[in-house]
Amino acid sequence: MKDLAINVALQRDDLTIEINERVPLSGLTAIFGPSGAGKTTLLRLIAGFERGAGEMRFGDEVWQQGRHFTPPHHRRVATVFQQPRLFDHLDVAGNLAYAARRAGQMDAVAAMVARFALDPLLSRRPATLSGGEAQRVALARALLTAPRLVLMDEPVTALDQARRNEILPFIESLRDEANIPILYVSHSLAEVTRLATQILTLADGRVAGLGPAEAILPGLAATPDQPGEEPGSLITARVRRLSSDGLCELHFPGGSILTPGRVGPDGAEVRLIIRARDVMLSRDRPEGLSALNILPATVTSVTPVGAASAHISLDCGGTAIAARITMRSVAALGLSPGVNCHAILKSVALARDALPSP
Amino acid sequence: MTDLAPLWLTLRLAAIVTVLLLILGTPLAWWLARTRSRLAHVIEAITALPLVLPPTVLGFYLLIAFNPTAPLGQFWLNVTGTTLTFSFTGLVLASLLYSLPFTVQPLQTAFTQLGPAPLEAAASLGARPLDAFLTVAAPLSLRGYLTAAVLTFAHTLGEFGVVLMVGGNIPGETRVISIAIYEKVETLDYATAHLLSGLLLGLSFLILLALYALNGRRRA
Repeated sequence: MKDLAINVALQRDDLTIEINERVPLSGLTAIFGPSGAGKTTLLRLIAGFERGAGEMRFGDEVWQQGRHFTPPHHRRVATVFQQPRLFDHLDVAGNLAYAARRAGQMDAVAAMVARFALDPLLSRRPATLSGGEAQRVALARALLTAPRLVLMDEPVTALDQARRNEILPFIESLRDEANIPILYVSHSLAEVTRLATQILTLADGRVAGLGPAEAILPGLAATPDQPGEEPGSLITARVRRLSSDGLCELHFPGGSILTPGRVGPDGAEVRLIIRARDVMLSRDRPEGLSALNILPATVTSVTPVGAASAHISLDCGGTAIAARITMRSVAALGLSPGVNCHAILKSVALARDALPSP
Repeated sequence: MTDLAPLWLTLRLAAIVTVLLLILGTPLAWWLARTRSRLAHVIEAITALPLVLPPTVLGFYLLIAFNPTAPLGQFWLNVTGTTLTFSFTGLVLASLLYSLPFTVQPLQTAFTQLGPAPLEAAASLGARPLDAFLTVAAPLSLRGYLTAAVLTFAHTLGEFGVVLMVGGNIPGETRVISIAIYEKVETLDYATAHLLSGLLLGLSFLILLALYALNGRRRA
């Protein structure tokens, strides 16, 4: 697995970027942080559109060192921008060919057209496409460059909810099947929860955290919530078996989770999202509850959120789970780091079904 | 039978100047649209000078520079064996200068409006800078090129002062239509002056009509 070694400083009018990090490249790495944290600027530095002071390496390849600077067109890195940036003077087929011809990938066009269902759009002009259609073309065009790394800068932010759900499955399949690492800039916790396998958080131009999504996500939720954003945790589990009464048993190091319906073939890996407010806590193992999923856990931290709530981080056999309860309950249950308790999961969602919050 | 040679000479001059300026003006306009250099203001001001300068002033300086005893005039005489003053070549050179802003300003505006986004997209798709310019920036600036071409052509068509200063009035060489009209009026040949003036008026109107129709269609 390659990594991207960044040691770059860049001064902008309102922001100083200082990044010194080695980012392992696999799956989808979400670059997450509030507006103005430098997410897009970091992506532009990696693409080569901006030049800071310092060094950058992609695997063994030196992109920047001293006077050496590899220009964007030599990096073989594809960028999908927030706006599709299709070429208005070419039709859809022309836009795809533009990328494919320069990468010697003309043979791959037909398969890409099929994969992104672009056949009916080929002779259309970009100006006549809907936002979702245009972004699908932009994704296909980016992949036709045979990139070694795909950069996505909030690719669904400009789209409405329905269009987002049209694009996100393509990004998921790209993440799971194409074996091309993706860096994905987003300020949406819901998107990050659904897509990320690794998360890099930025604050004020610096790296605040980097690690597997399962480890970083529950902590992210402890930051002040963005309107409409649901804090939650991510569990990667394997499908075990389907019970006779229609429940699917999913196994992860912290225990088992039951969920209705067959979510995948035996042994398949699935990503589960558990919203923090769907987690109840109990000191004793509760009896006589309708909830199926009750997991033993240990409190790792208690962070007050807002006036009356608290964000509880739990360790569940090595997997982090977040809960959102009131301060009154924290006091009543005597919750503090190190206390053993039980997490009652009221609801579990598959990441691929989880809708980004409107 | 009216002698239409001045008309053909004028059209030839305007066509040659337009083609040359579109080629030469592109890098200058591109640089002006992209650079953050402070020198840009100086270059912009120099480029715009022909807009405000009386043509006779520009013509006077060019006449001095084209003189075979001046460095430029001498160089030209040594290399080609001909003089720049009172020659068609001299007219082309002079016209390149006084029509320069009519090429550079529309192109600069088009390149500025284009912004960096399409070029970044082209670069991310593996296009080298010149490739990206020719295949993305230039086609997307087509309207700017058409405006620049029409304005340059029309302006070169009607120039009088500079031509009078550096070109004089040599039939078939420097007697362009505006000079011919002036001469006909001086010799009281009003009929020919009417005809040539009418031709120039009609031609200029048609060119501007085409320009506005073009811009209007895009606007709608």
